[in-house]
Amino acid sequence: MDHFRIGFLPLVDAALPILARELGFAEDEGIALDLIRDSSWATVRDRLVYGRSDAAHLLAPLAIATTLGLNRPAFPLSVPFVLGLNGNAITLAPSLAAAVCAEGVLEDAVTTGRKLAMLIRARADEGARLRLGVVHRYSSHNYMLQYWLRGSGVNVAEDVEILTIAPPLAADALATGEIDGICVGEPWNSVAVERGVGVIINVTSRIWLRGVEKVLALPTARAAAEPELIQRLVRALYAAGRAFVDPALYASNAAILARSEYLDGSAELIERAIADRIKLASGHAPVDIPDFMFQHREAANFPWVSQAAWLYAQMVKAGHVAQSAEGYEAAKAVFRPDIYRAAFAGTDVPLPSASAKLEGGIDAPLAVGSMQGRLLLGPDRFFDGRAFDPDALDDYLTQ
Amino acid sequence: MQDAVRIAIVDESAARAAVIEEGLREAGLTDLHVFVERHGLAARIEAFAADVVLMNLENPSRDMLEESFSLSRALARPIAMFVDQSDEEAIAEAVDAGISAYVVDGLRKERIKPVLDLAVRRFQAFARLQGELAEARSKLADRDTIDKAKAILMKRRGLSEPDAYKMLRDHAMQSNRRIADVADAVITAEKVMGGGL
Repeated sequence: MDHFRIGFLPLVDAALPILARELGFAEDEGIALDLIRDSSWATVRDRLVYGRSDAAHLLAPLAIATTLGLNRPAFPLSVPFVLGLNGNAITLAPSLAAAVCAEGVLEDAVTTGRKLAMLIRARADEGARLRLGVVHRYSSHNYMLQYWLRGSGVNVAEDVEILTIAPPLAADALATGEIDGICVGEPWNSVAVERGVGVIINVTSRIWLRGVEKVLALPTARAAAEPELIQRLVRALYAAGRAFVDPALYASNAAILARSEYLDGSAELIERAIADRIKLASGHAPVDIPDFMFQHREAANFPWVSQAAWLYAQMVKAGHVAQSAEGYEAAKAVFRPDIYRAAFAGTDVPLPSASAKLEGGIDAPLAVGSMQGRLLLGPDRFFDGRAFDPDALDDYLTQ
Repeated sequence: MQDAVRIAIVDESAARAAVIEEGLREAGLTDLHVFVERHGLAARIEAFAADVVLMNLENPSRDMLEESFSLSRALARPIAMFVDQSDEEAIAEAVDAGISAYVVDGLRKERIKPVLDLAVRRFQAFARLQGELAEARSKLADRDTIDKAKAILMKRRGLSEPDAYKMLRDHAMQSNRRIADVADAVITAEKVMGGGL
């Protein structure tokens, strides 16, 4: 048995490492998995960088930022496996939510975005800029929120304040008025809704359907030194994904995640996210949001290099990194489809033959080329209908 | 003192912050301030203009604080995590102790190292104290449980106090359990059977 430690934050999308341990998939691969819970991404990252964990449940952009050395010495990380797509929501204080959508109804992101842009403009004109929280500077939350706001006509740099709030503090920060809204993962939107301090106005799957969220990140040196162990870990996580999407296991998976050593929260709220049934506002029934979280099907766990490329483009747009050819290559190299392919060679797991695709280019389910198995990819649209071609970064950024 | 290092201690545990503060003051590092309250933390630390920020690793405000540091970098107040990235051993020790440190760039290592070492030792001492306290608490709770179980046995079996204790002890030895666990089982059984105790 090989001992292996994975750091995580208490979020529903930490499910695959947790289920890999609790349902015995790690053990099946000869791995004794230990999970280390922390309360900030900075600490998850520090444990990983200083060898106090072997891998981490990490924000995809934070894996790239750590590799590029943004605000700290560079430390190369590799991502052999995506832990999930989407799963975050945008929650506003109830009084403000009333101005942008009908309570308890999830309207399309274009309409809600336009109304939110008007609200933001009005507040900026009054000299009281809206304060929106994200969970980390280098988070998909930040980049998807900014993408939505910019695409809705908001001058993000001037008219709105975006600040960092840890997920467990989100509901409190909304209640005290410290922030007007937040983009955060589950169960923290639902916690705010239950307390009556927030109303969900949008979900990230309506900003970029199939958008990359958390990843499994580990030191690149470690991936090189122990390829066989990492492949076994990746297979265990894949098996956990299969269990995560099994409706017969929703309730028992939620009960496992709710335990004090994991999310330490309400199994009922956690199950809503797992089942893609989200209560948008207090006093309303949960509504179906198909593909709210997407953890398994359609090669969701495959680390598409084009997804890392999209994140790099957003980091440039946000002013977090100065664009350079070397930086772009380094960012893309964080995602490691080669490890994923090696882990599943000769199995029945579908493997795409390409490592990159046109992001946002699929309207209807599309059969794509595969090395093994049959692979059908579902729609992956951005809310504004734009697409991202990783081979045309300059054009994308100047558009 | 012209070259005093200005230290910010950020900790949601006022007790631990006090232990660290005391240690630093004893060592002559008196230009310091403790920040316990989360609200407005970044702005208050910036106003304090610290050279070194010590923060417990499990503090949920770390991401928020790092964000504010990366913004102030634009204002030419760069801050790096830990004193010297080459000193892996010292950093690993700090992580194990549960502490993170942010240091204004350009501050010399020999001026920071003593601050960090001291903070690490104080963090370790605090963790030890907490461990001892928890142990003492659980011993007290154990004694309370055993006393209750003895009372039940004395009443139900008409035993003397020493005999009741001996019965608990013998059971514990036979079943390879702690006396307090056996006592707990006796109390539970009494409750299930509807006893008055």
